Amino acid sequence: MKIEHKKVKKIKKYVPFYVMLIPGIIYLIMNNYMPMAGLLLAFKKVNYSIGLFQSPWIGFSNFKYLFSSNDAFIVFRNTILYNLGFIIFGNILGIVVAIALDSLRNKFFKRCSQIIILIPYLLSMVIVSYVVYAFLSAKTGFINNAVLPALGIEKINWYSEAKYWPVILNIVYLWTHFGYSSIFYYSTLIGIDKTYYEATVVDGAGIWAQIRHITLPMLKPTVITLVLLAIGHICSSDFGLFYQIPMNSGLLYSTTQTIDTYVYRGLLELNDIGRSTAAGFLQSVFGFVCVLAANRIVSKIDRNSALF
Amino acid sequence: MIYKNKLFQILAGFLMLILVLSCIMPLLMLLASSFSSEEQLLTKGYSFFPQGVSLDAYMYLWKIKSSLLKAYMMSGIITGVGTIVNVTITLLFAYALSQKDLPGNRMISFFLFFPMLFNGGFVSTYLVYTQIFHIRDNLIAMIVPYLLMSGFHVIIMRTYLTNTIPVEVKESARMDGAGEYSVLMHIIIPMSRPIIATIALLASITYWNNWTNGVYFLNTRTDLFGIQNYLNMVLSNISFLQAQQANALQGIEAQIPNTSIRMAIAIIAIIPILAAYPFFQKSFVKGITIGSVKG
Repeated sequence: MKIEHKKVKKIKKYVPFYVMLIPGIIYLIMNNYMPMAGLLLAFKKVNYSIGLFQSPWIGFSNFKYLFSSNDAFIVFRNTILYNLGFIIFGNILGIVVAIALDSLRNKFFKRCSQIIILIPYLLSMVIVSYVVYAFLSAKTGFINNAVLPALGIEKINWYSEAKYWPVILNIVYLWTHFGYSSIFYYSTLIGIDKTYYEATVVDGAGIWAQIRHITLPMLKPTVITLVLLAIGHICSSDFGLFYQIPMNSGLLYSTTQTIDTYVYRGLLELNDIGRSTAAGFLQSVFGFVCVLAANRIVSKIDRNSALF
Repeated sequence: MIYKNKLFQILAGFLMLILVLSCIMPLLMLLASSFSSEEQLLTKGYSFFPQGVSLDAYMYLWKIKSSLLKAYMMSGIITGVGTIVNVTITLLFAYALSQKDLPGNRMISFFLFFPMLFNGGFVSTYLVYTQIFHIRDNLIAMIVPYLLMSGFHVIIMRTYLTNTIPVEVKESARMDGAGEYSVLMHIIIPMSRPIIATIALLASITYWNNWTNGVYFLNTRTDLFGIQNYLNMVLSNISFLQAQQANALQGIEAQIPNTSIRMAIAIIAIIPILAAYPFFQKSFVKGITIGSVKG
């Protein structure tokens, strides 16, 4: 009887905590777990009028339909290549800027730089698209009116020539994100014990040796964490960057269309649900496999750097 | 860092100068163009210096001020309500999880962490919200989907709570007969103000800048548009401005200064966040770097 009583008391003690968890759990179910189950819709012929649950199962036809055109290949290729570019260039630039920031002597300039390089990260993609438009607009853009004539090059119709967009989108991505990753790396750098550097200076190490033997190894765990997280999202793309910045221009699809803009257009503009659900299914499953694989590899090399 | 190399320091300074300029100059170009006259812009294009200084664009925006103000108000409501609910849910969840001896703690942590690795993606999220919950064409659609709670923020907050609030403090309060809710209200919240402020800031920036929910879920109710969706419409379709203010412009031969007005409206949208930035800059940097410490 006494033990029973204690148990009841113990459970009672925890009740308030479980109550606190309720709103979050409901939200996770609504926002995350139900959509996970919703991936199974890829195997259904979704019909809004009879509801998601009653829609008939159709096996793999959505996938067959998806792969019947070349689009699926193009959007997966674009998404993965852009993400690889962002991971590589983004991290390199982030590290370079963090080191440059750290070596600035003028306190005032250092302070200002830290504040200013974060400004692009604060702007929404809609505002960024106005900035890009100011540069690239065919008639009134800065590049066509000031830069190209000075170089003696013909005007370019930026919003209708697909071949330039891989470069443009990489630049836009770097512009909006380099401040964030630099500050992220910089916060690791200022934590490095100065005596390490002093010791190498005594040993006669030059600047590059210091960077190679102290700075970069110290940054390694941060780099690994960031890259791992990024690989987990290798099939996702920032909808705003790929939809808004090219101004939804159909002529640019071959180089700007990613999985996210593709499924959005299929679902809301073309009412082509089957193809969208199939592509969405592959995106989620492939992304999950990638993050598991990447984490596995990292944990083999260095247990402490793994995410889980 | 030591780096006692003159050449290196000069190079570093030069690089930073270029990058700092690259962050400011484009915004200055928007500003200069918004003050330029329409004819000059059409012949010479956007540039870093105002051409034929003119206030036409802003005069036009003044005429449609009521629709702009309404968009701002919508953004304000969405940001305010969203942030308050977001922080409340996050704090409650994190505080419960910071209770190490809570039975089922590990399972709940996994329940929170798993969606960070695997998610349903846009299509099924969209279908679940619109077909099952019928969240569409209302303000809930701007607040709930995607944005209401971030698992990452919960983890940051839990780490903070376990690391900075000594168990003894809670224990002694409980000894004195305080219930869990009063411990939370009178001890935990006052002690964790800095982290609450940081999370609230990150959440409010996310809400203020969000426009994708408007694109996804507000299909017919353009009257619910916040400033970001308003801007989005204007970029692709300048006549949206007229449609928003059809009545007010009747009788006025409304020649829209298309080219400069685009830039003026972008400036109007940038100003609030840039004006607020110096005040929240410190906690913003903290919010970014807090993630670099593995929790």
